Parts: sequence; C-alpha cells; structure tokens
Amino acid sequence: MSDFLGYVLTGLGIGAGFALVGSGLVAIYRVTGVVNFAQGAFAVIAAMLTSSLLTAGLPHVLSESLAVVVAAVVGVLVGVVAIGKPGTDPGTSLIVTLGLGVFAYAVEIVLWGDQPRSFPGLSGVATIGGARIQAHYLLIIAVTVPVFAALALFFTRTDLGKALSACASNKYAARVVGIDVRRMGLLAFALGGALGGLAGVLTTPVQQVTFDSDVTLIVNGFAAAVLGGLTRPAVALAGGLLLGVTQTLIAGYGGGAYQLEVALLLMLTVMIVQAARTGPVREAAR
Amino acid sequence: MTLVDVSSLTVRYSGATALDGVSLSLDKSEMVALIGANGAGKSTLVKALSGLVKADAGRVTVDGRLAQVPEGREVFADLSVDDNLRLGGWRNGRRGRDTSAIYDLLPALGPLRRRDAGTLSGGQQQMVAIGRALMARPDVLVIDELSLGLAPLVVQSLVDHLRTLHRERGLALLLIEQNARLALSLCSRAYVMEAGRIVLVGDAAVLASDERVTAAYLGGHYE
Repeated sequence: MSDFLGYVLTGLGIGAGFALVGSGLVAIYRVTGVVNFAQGAFAVIAAMLTSSLLTAGLPHVLSESLAVVVAAVVGVLVGVVAIGKPGTDPGTSLIVTLGLGVFAYAVEIVLWGDQPRSFPGLSGVATIGGARIQAHYLLIIAVTVPVFAALALFFTRTDLGKALSACASNKYAARVVGIDVRRMGLLAFALGGALGGLAGVLTTPVQQVTFDSDVTLIVNGFAAAVLGGLTRPAVALAGGLLLGVTQTLIAGYGGGAYQLEVALLLMLTVMIVQAARTGPVREAAR
Repeated sequence: MTLVDVSSLTVRYSGATALDGVSLSLDKSEMVALIGANGAGKSTLVKALSGLVKADAGRVTVDGRLAQVPEGREVFADLSVDDNLRLGGWRNGRRGRDTSAIYDLLPALGPLRRRDAGTLSGGQQQMVAIGRALMARPDVLVIDELSLGLAPLVVQSLVDHLRTLHRERGLALLLIEQNARLALSLCSRAYVMEAGRIVLVGDAAVLASDERVTAAYLGGHYE
C-alpha cells in the first residue's frame, strides 16, 4: 500500500511537469491556433541555463526564475518567427515551430554540449503515510498547483486574460473591438515559453535533461493537452497528472521502459475517440 | 459637421473589385441607411470604415469614434455577456470598461450578464453586440444587418432602442439592411448600392416611393 502511495505521489510530481508543458501548448493554441512543436525546447533551454547559472554561483530560485524569464523571451522570438507575418495560416506556423525546435538542438549543443545535465533540487526524502518519496516531487506539486490557480484567475478575472480568451473565442470580433490579435498571440507565446521553462527547471533535478529531451516532454505534454481538445488548461492539468501517475504505476509494477509508449497510446486513443465523436459535429456547426 | 466621409473608395479582393469608387458621408447625429442586395459590397464598406480592409484607392475619414456591430453578431460565444461588454471598451483603457451604463440603456441584458453569450437567442446576441459596440462610447454606430434572422417583434424592440439612443445621446447611425422598408422608415437618408457602386442617394422618404427602389427592394417584403 505504501508502495502504491509512493508511486502516486511521485507520479503527480512527474505529471505536474507534463501539465505545465501541456498548458503552455494550450495557451498558445487557444489564441493562435498553432500547435507549437518548439514547446519542449523552452523546457530544455531553461533547464540548461539554470545549470549554467548555478555553476556560475548564482543562488537557487534566482537562477530558476531568470531561466523562466529567458524561456518566455525565447517564446516571444519563436512567436515572432511563427506568426509574425500577417496572414500566416496556423498550419504553416506549425511547420515553422517544428523547424525552430530542430534549430534549437543546434543552439543547445553549441552552448551546452550533447551530454545530459542536471542540477540539485530540493534534497531529502519525505515520508507520507508510510511512503518514502523524494522531497523534490512534492516541491514540483507545490509550485504547479498555485501556478494553475493563478492562470485560472488571470484568464477569468483580468481584462488582459479576457482579451486572450476573446481571441481564442472569435478572432474577427476581437479585431472589431480593437484587440491586436497578433500582439495577443505573441503574449500567448511568452506565456507558453514561461510555462515550458518552468516545467524544465522543476523537473530537471529528478530527470536529467539532454538537448533532445524535448521529444519526451512534448509527447507527454501534448498527450495531457489533447485530453481537453488543446483548449482547456484545467483538463491539461488533470490529463498531465493522470498521465504521470499512470506511467509511474506501470514503471513501478511492470517495466520502466514503456513510459513514452503509454503517453503515445493514450494520446492516440483520445484523438481517435474525439475525432469519432466531435469531428462531424464540429463540421456541422460551421 | 461631417462625421464620416468616404470618398471614391475602391477595394479589391485578389483582383475582384468589391467597392468601385464609393463616396458616402454621414453627419453628426444623422441616421443613414445603406441598402442593396447580397454581394453589393455593403459589408466590405463596413470593414473599410473600421479599418479591417485596406483601401486600394480613395480614402475614409472618420472624425470621432466609430463602433461596429458586425454581420452575424459575432459575439464572444464562450465569454459571459458582461465580459463581452467589457471587451467592447478595450480601446478605452481600464477606466472606460465599466459596464453598468449599458445595463441602464439595455435593461434586458441585466439578467443575462453572467450567461455565456453563445447560449443566448439571436435577438439577445444582437443586443449584446449592440451593447458591446456602445461600450466604445461611439459617435457613430455602424450596424451590419440589424434584422437578419430575427423575429419582427425582436427587431421592433431593437429599433426602439436605437431611436432612444439617437434621441437621447445624439448617436449617429449607419444601418446596413436587407430589409429596405425597415431601413427607410428608421433613417432620414439612404444610399442604394449595386455591384460595388452607389447607384442612388437621397431622402429616405423620397427613396421609399422611388419606382426603382420599390421594384428592386420593397416588392418582395412582407407587411
């Protein structure tokens, strides 16, 4: 029983990372209609940068915060390239983000090499209900939950958040009332960058990062986000947590080698079910 | 006191000419109708007035604030009525986004303020779209298809609201309407568009009895 609880808590910690990557995808997709394939790169860049800053002697929290800010800036840059040209359709932008994600590999290898990196997080082991888990997993959960609460408040209580939702709801009407849809898109990319960066700096102490770690992150993040049709951050959170727990349980009781396959299978199942159920309805509604 | 001045405006979409040398003007507190068949270029003119399409030739001058009620209402379906209204004041800055005055003007929206706009009836959505446009504190309101798809009683209530706004606030109105009888009875002056050009302009009462207008636009309507 204590094994089970340990797996679940660890899974929640891992899943929180997926949820952050997934909600970054959602933030960008809702506003711009672009599935951002460079999302994993934000996490990798932030993680690598944090390890450099810590090595350079900067304290924790400051290093991680700086890295998240840089990830947000990288997000804006990706946004400028992907949606900067007026009239670019989301499909084209998607391919551009894919290209930028591969380009990020080159930059990361030049700056940080091709070896795995990590840095220490919250050390120690906590005992909860007889289950022993690394304390850092609890830290991940403790940071992620308020971040999602703040996101929810931002989107529903602030005019800027409402304007972002308005772009997601009806771009033409947004333009009619004078909202700069392109600028909102760039803001969404900044938000996506920050969320991806946060995922990177939070998970790296328990899961070392290499330049190509973005594949694992984006597959899991996408699997989490697709549960909510790429438009609902709250469902992305639930999806990420579910995915993390499922993977940890499978790794704990079965084989650890199948974690990514679980995410792919879940994603595929959800997409097929959704396509079968809502596809024709959406078409008819147009 | 010219509020809106469109002179020799030409707009082309990838080669096809949507507006061909259109000139139109609107004075302060004036109610003007723009009638014409589908595809005559009315909606393109509306978009040009709001700066949503670029002029290929000619120019558009608006001396004051212009707000638009777009064709098909285009509310933010998954935002609440109140948020829809609030965003109408987006250009005004934070202080200009207080929605309470709109509920005084359009009391029917009061009980609906927390509802998602997408769940409302067509007439209620049109009311939201008008309220959203009024949030911009416009000098001139441009309404693209007021009556389309709405029941006659609903249309009548909207028209009454517009008359009140005109009378009490001196709001100018450019009404684009398929229902020419409605447009000519509400407005004092009217333009008739065909194939991207203004073909007739004049006093609404005179146009209402003009043979060319009655034959083309008033013949097939109910009443």
